[in-house]
Amino acid sequence: MSTVDMRLACKPADYKSDIKPIWCPGCGDYHVLMSFTRAFAELGLPSENIVVVSGIGCSSRIPAYTNCYGFHGVHGRSLALAAGLRVTRPELTVVVASGDGDGYSIGGNHFLHACRRNIDMTYVVMDNHIYGMTKGQPSPTTEPEFDTALSPGGTGLRSFHPLVIALASGANFIARCFSGEPNETAAVLVEAIRHPGFSFVEILSPCVTFRPDEKEWKNFVHPAPVAATNDPAKAARRIMTDDGFNIGILYRGDRKPYQPAIGQAGTDLSELEKDFEL
Amino acid sequence: MTGASGAPQVSTVADLFAVAYEIEADAVDRYELLADQMETHNNPELVTVFRDLARAEAIHRDEICRLAGDIDVVARAQVMATWRRGESPEQAALGEAHYLMTPWHALQLALVAEQRALAFFTSIVETARDPEIRKMAEELVEEEAEHVNLVHRLLRKHPRPPESWSVDDDPPNPQE
Repeated sequence: MSTVDMRLACKPADYKSDIKPIWCPGCGDYHVLMSFTRAFAELGLPSENIVVVSGIGCSSRIPAYTNCYGFHGVHGRSLALAAGLRVTRPELTVVVASGDGDGYSIGGNHFLHACRRNIDMTYVVMDNHIYGMTKGQPSPTTEPEFDTALSPGGTGLRSFHPLVIALASGANFIARCFSGEPNETAAVLVEAIRHPGFSFVEILSPCVTFRPDEKEWKNFVHPAPVAATNDPAKAARRIMTDDGFNIGILYRGDRKPYQPAIGQAGTDLSELEKDFEL
Repeated sequence: MTGASGAPQVSTVADLFAVAYEIEADAVDRYELLADQMETHNNPELVTVFRDLARAEAIHRDEICRLAGDIDVVARAQVMATWRRGESPEQAALGEAHYLMTPWHALQLALVAEQRALAFFTSIVETARDPEIRKMAEELVEEEAEHVNLVHRLLRKHPRPPESWSVDDDPPNPQE
């Protein structure tokens, strides 16, 4: 099928479920959902060959709003589940959705090792620098001076730097997007899904309820001044010295994805029973 | 196919119809989404406003289909009427929504959207080399200008709310 035929066959609306999102009006996650469905349509993927896996949090509601296969799992454990799924069913396109609390705090250790393993899947973190669903506690990416009733005087803690950590841990594709630019984000998601190995896409997605100041992000974001590099040292320097609002693909690595040989599962129960004999 | 600004490239009258159709269709989808949000967050007045705006855009969308005659604008739009950067001009800004917003806020969003659509078709009039495209684009400019005027008239009926419009004595997600 040609690209034009595929685009005629697949419309973003085909990937939406009938469930209406319950995010707050103004939330950036609405745009992220649009970017997902636009990317899937652009890729022309059958929805039954896509699995959207998530953990817990506002962002993690996203599988229910697509008509792909989905798994709304345990807090912070989406990458572990997705990794198991992808190595056993390599023909599937696996996209993992998370937020900065779910992905960098509760699921922080899974994040490091998912980057290290470099399994061919795409990890999207909707970063709003706050725990939104649980009423506004500081998350790992919250700024140290964030001063609220829940963090009087600010946390005083250095913010987590997910892109640098992903790079150092071995992610094979790293990008930063802004939810308010859904078409640009969809284009990056297409590239991320196509790129072999573990692709990490951080999407700055404002929380208008607990971080109304983030509505200003639309005025801060700007395209990254140079094209993506495949040199991790260069990428690290660029990411470490940017202002946190460089948008685009920042690193495209060429590491071979991890894909273990899959044994044929036995269908004979007596064989299975033998495995459990003491 | 898109131009330097990321907007679709209009090379024929059929392209112009397809783009005009997509602009109105995108506007319908956006107002429906905003109406759904207001329904979820129990703002019935705004549900009505956004559903009305969606209905108005749907009338324009269907009118473009009628004007296009034998041209399959739906199929053509799917292939060529995409914005690579930014959003379709008549889509109200989703990030500006608020669960306590008033009709004035909704109409402000609509006004900006209509003005963007007007500016888009005006730019086609100014740059088109094909007289047929220019003539059709001029008609679309007139239509969009009417829409801008309509929103201005509606704003007379819905004055700016007091500064306290977003104060909620019983917020849905209070910090403790």
